[in-house]
Amino acid sequence: MSIRIENLKHVYNKNTPFETIALDDVTIAIEKGEFIGLIGHTGSGKSTLVQHLNGILKPMSGKIIINGLDITDKKVKLREVRQKVGLVFQYPEHQLFEETVYKDVAFGPINLGLSEEEIDQRVKEAIEWVGLNFDEVKDKSPFELSGGQKRRVAIAGVVAMKPDVLILDEPTAGLDPKARDDILEQIKNLHDRYKMNIILVSHSMEDIARLVDRIVVMHKGKIALIGKPNEVFEKAEFLESLGLGIPQITTLMNRLKNLGIPVRNDIFTIEEAKKEILHWMGRKKC
Amino acid sequence: MLRDITIGQYYPADSCIHKMDPRVKILATFVYITALFIVKHFVAYTYIIAFIAGTILLSKVPLGYIVRGLKPLFLIILFTFAINMFMTKGEILYQIGPLDITKEGLYQAVFMATRLVLLIIGTSLLTLATSPIQLTDGIEKLLNPFKKIGVPAHELAMMMTIALRFIPTLLEETDKIMKAQMARGADFESGNIINRAKSLVPLLVPLFISAFRRADELAMAMEARCYRGGENRTRMKELSLHARDYIGGFITMLILLAVLINRFF
Repeated sequence: MSIRIENLKHVYNKNTPFETIALDDVTIAIEKGEFIGLIGHTGSGKSTLVQHLNGILKPMSGKIIINGLDITDKKVKLREVRQKVGLVFQYPEHQLFEETVYKDVAFGPINLGLSEEEIDQRVKEAIEWVGLNFDEVKDKSPFELSGGQKRRVAIAGVVAMKPDVLILDEPTAGLDPKARDDILEQIKNLHDRYKMNIILVSHSMEDIARLVDRIVVMHKGKIALIGKPNEVFEKAEFLESLGLGIPQITTLMNRLKNLGIPVRNDIFTIEEAKKEILHWMGRKKC
Repeated sequence: MLRDITIGQYYPADSCIHKMDPRVKILATFVYITALFIVKHFVAYTYIIAFIAGTILLSKVPLGYIVRGLKPLFLIILFTFAINMFMTKGEILYQIGPLDITKEGLYQAVFMATRLVLLIIGTSLLTLATSPIQLTDGIEKLLNPFKKIGVPAHELAMMMTIALRFIPTLLEETDKIMKAQMARGADFESGNIINRAKSLVPLLVPLFISAFRRADELAMAMEARCYRGGENRTRMKELSLHARDYIGGFITMLILLAVLINRFF
């Protein structure tokens, strides 16, 4: 699924004193199978942008073309669009409503009008995929689960619709570090296994740097930067001026480099940094 | 769609109506409603329309904003209009099947619809031009004399403040949950009444849960800051009457007087 966003513009509360421009002339091209990290400060327009991608919000002007289909066209059936593009909202556990976990996850597939066996299989697959034990949780009420488990069930509800593009809006907000790492790991697995397009919205560079193919940085409704993680992190000062940091470990490598030490600075994980520093120290000894 | 509801929604502007004392505005609104129900002839409506039009102009609230508040109540207005038109006996003007449109009915229908529209405009203007905090401050002060007979004025005012404060929050929440369920393929707009009612379950259950959660958290936060009712509480902004309040009150009373004269003399 390739996604092309062209000159997208969106204004909230038009013609009232609360009018705000949320998106201003946004253009992005996303290749098939690409893993995109969408990053920006609170209010930068990232949530507004992703809500356009499955037709929940309509743009004031501009186009969104998914696999050659312009979804901003009025004639397009939104059900089809939503089947192709799955959107996991911020704090998705707040939308849980069914009596059992099974029924809640099945809500999406039922709305797609699938056969019973198909639904059954998808629900099972989705629950297992998010790292929960199907037999253990399927008959539980979603409200008796822990916070992290609720989040997983809610994500499973969207994954069960088997979208070609999966968008996750801050999927790790408010989770403890362990749950955060687990969920990010599972998202990565999903991308590796199905080669689906994933758009991960976040305001934490640390979270996304090691996962994504490209980073899109938004600021005040506009695209500030697009590029591979190392390209984006080279502009550390610019990012800081937008109120965004770069991963601490990358800052360390940048500083070492500024001190005249010949190390790479396109590094986002501690393991890589360790290797690079040891490598440099080894070189020095010789 | 949900943002159309203007009742309880404040429109910030810098105008003399906004600056008026909330007590005067609340009382003036009551006088206005009373006057509206005393009116018997269209002639008296012109006084009221002139009065409300002047107030709207002074308040700097755009007319479109006020009209939008009528939209959700459009059906009720239409219903009143139809009932009055068909159910009043008199000189027949036109017949549709078993239904007669009479001259008196048409007169009555227009009369009632005008009354309803003016009623809604007047009351929504009060909430548009008065911030919820001021409004409840005013109510609390107005209820103060009744404290002696056991009316918990402060508690009532606090409850209203909280309720008003959460209208936009809950609307936002509804909007968010609706979008999230739409993303999972939920359909709120088509189907017959039963299907539509059923489709509200995925919206209402999470909404109630979040409302209870919010109430719980708020109560906890208030207690953590030692809230314990109105006893010995002082305020940062004391209400005081200015020239504009006397003038506004005076004009309102004049309108009431004019309407009374029109009705009884």
